[in-house]
Amino acid sequence: MTQYKLYDLAKVIRSKNSGPFAITLDVLFDNPDIYYKIKNNGLIDKKLISRLYHIPQEMISQIVFYDPALGFKITFARKISSGTSFDTDVYGAQQHAPLGELVIEI
Amino acid sequence: MKNIKILAPCGILGYGYPKSSFLNGMALKPDAIVVDAGSTDAGPHKLGAGVAIVSQRSYKKDLEIMMVEGAKAGIPIIIGSAGGSGGKVHVEWSLKIIKEIIHEQSLHHLKIAVIWADIPKNIIQDRLHSNKVNPLGLTVKELTKNRLEETSSVVAQMGHEPIVKALEEGADLIICGRAYDPSPFAAVAAYHGLPLSYGYHAGKILECAALCAVPGTTKDCMLGIITQEGFTITPLSDDRVCTPLSVAAHTFYEKDHPYLLHGPGYVLNLEDCKFTQLDEKSVYVTGSKIEKTDPYTIKLEGAIKVGYRTFVVAGVRDAIMISKLEEIEQLAKEQVKNYYSDIPCEDYQIHFMNYGLNAVIGELETNKGLPHEVGIVFEVLAKTQELANTVCGTLRSTLLHYGYDGRKSTAGNLAFPFSPSDIPFGPVYEFSVYHLMEVKDGYEMFPIEYLTL
Repeated sequence: MTQYKLYDLAKVIRSKNSGPFAITLDVLFDNPDIYYKIKNNGLIDKKLISRLYHIPQEMISQIVFYDPALGFKITFARKISSGTSFDTDVYGAQQHAPLGELVIEI
Repeated sequence: MKNIKILAPCGILGYGYPKSSFLNGMALKPDAIVVDAGSTDAGPHKLGAGVAIVSQRSYKKDLEIMMVEGAKAGIPIIIGSAGGSGGKVHVEWSLKIIKEIIHEQSLHHLKIAVIWADIPKNIIQDRLHSNKVNPLGLTVKELTKNRLEETSSVVAQMGHEPIVKALEEGADLIICGRAYDPSPFAAVAAYHGLPLSYGYHAGKILECAALCAVPGTTKDCMLGIITQEGFTITPLSDDRVCTPLSVAAHTFYEKDHPYLLHGPGYVLNLEDCKFTQLDEKSVYVTGSKIEKTDPYTIKLEGAIKVGYRTFVVAGVRDAIMISKLEEIEQLAKEQVKNYYSDIPCEDYQIHFMNYGLNAVIGELETNKGLPHEVGIVFEVLAKTQELANTVCGTLRSTLLHYGYDGRKSTAGNLAFPFSPSDIPFGPVYEFSVYHLMEVKDGYEMFPIEYLTL
């Protein structure tokens, strides 16, 4: 077992608005072994996302794995909607970093 | 086997595309050219202020090639979410550009259909009363009567139905107000009697043009071939390929769920889709499913003005200042608030973003290391532009000369890249309407107007 950052394991790790009131995180792999290991170890759950993103679990609407794309998706409500006062990321395109920093043992 | 081909030039009309790729597509004799012009990505300002996402020049440059080549081939051209936000003012802006092209290129014979997507507020108010309007998102604020009245204008995303109708009427150029991005593509499939499931799924991919290819971009052309049994996605540039993984992965893009996609009146289920490599650069997709939703709902979008902004960009290179930057900013803010004790504090707000420290992800930042320089953007949001300018000016001069503890650089704390340093930004908007509204069917709220220019 070795420790890796999710950022280093993933082929694609990104964030984006899903409409102006939600942020969606996509993590995609090119190695099915790694994808299924992460899917099956159950580490990616609402509790984890709530901790990484400082949001209550009720704000997380989706955590879904999708095998055809070897990826999973996490969607949660924005505290501030896109492009209004005090938003710092209008497209929501740089909110993946806290998830990427996650250390996983596989 | 019946198949129809759709040419998708670029991800947003006005983003640009190589003419060579476009002509590669035209050589394959497509049945329609479809382009999405819209997005809410850039925030509520475009809708609220009634301005476009792209410049008039880039919009015209993209559209001219499409209109000239489309007219030559005698195939329909469909523009989704004209002008970006798809409201009346955005559609009219598009029509002005289209009129210029028609005159310059002698395309007067084109039959034009405009499908409006503006939703009268009285209808929204009535349906709010009967609980037929519901927020789409956990943090959407309540749509009160006041907030609805103050909202600049409301649009709704159309489905494929009115676009099919315009195709049936023989329109050569269809300009849609706000449309669900895949709808214009699905309309072409439906018009030719092919499955809506494949029309919408292909549309979901094609509306971003070559973003699903490797390398991905919104600025290159794609071809979709739809049949009764599935659809094929092919890049039209020799520099790109599609792989099953790249196309499957695109299904994720900017949606809340990877395989359940909610659109006007329908939900698309892609859970059991198969993505197969067809040739060296094309991917064949089967297994997309679609279900009608009951009731039929459409997504409403509207923006409200929340204030006026003035902001300053400045750099800090002094190590002592950087080591206590957030503390100094708070002290400067307090000093400004005290100075303007005659102004009610709810009339304005002050906000600092420290690039290099934590401006992008704020309190989520785990890297606490100090950089050698920091970029500060500070903004004042106020009830009027004049008040924002006033408070921001005082904040700037206060922070510039603030005598914090241990200061060595006593001549000034900020490096301004620009003169003047204070930028009056204008109004700031917020999405006040982001709701689903029940409607009778896909036609009810989207009137079609036919014209020749």
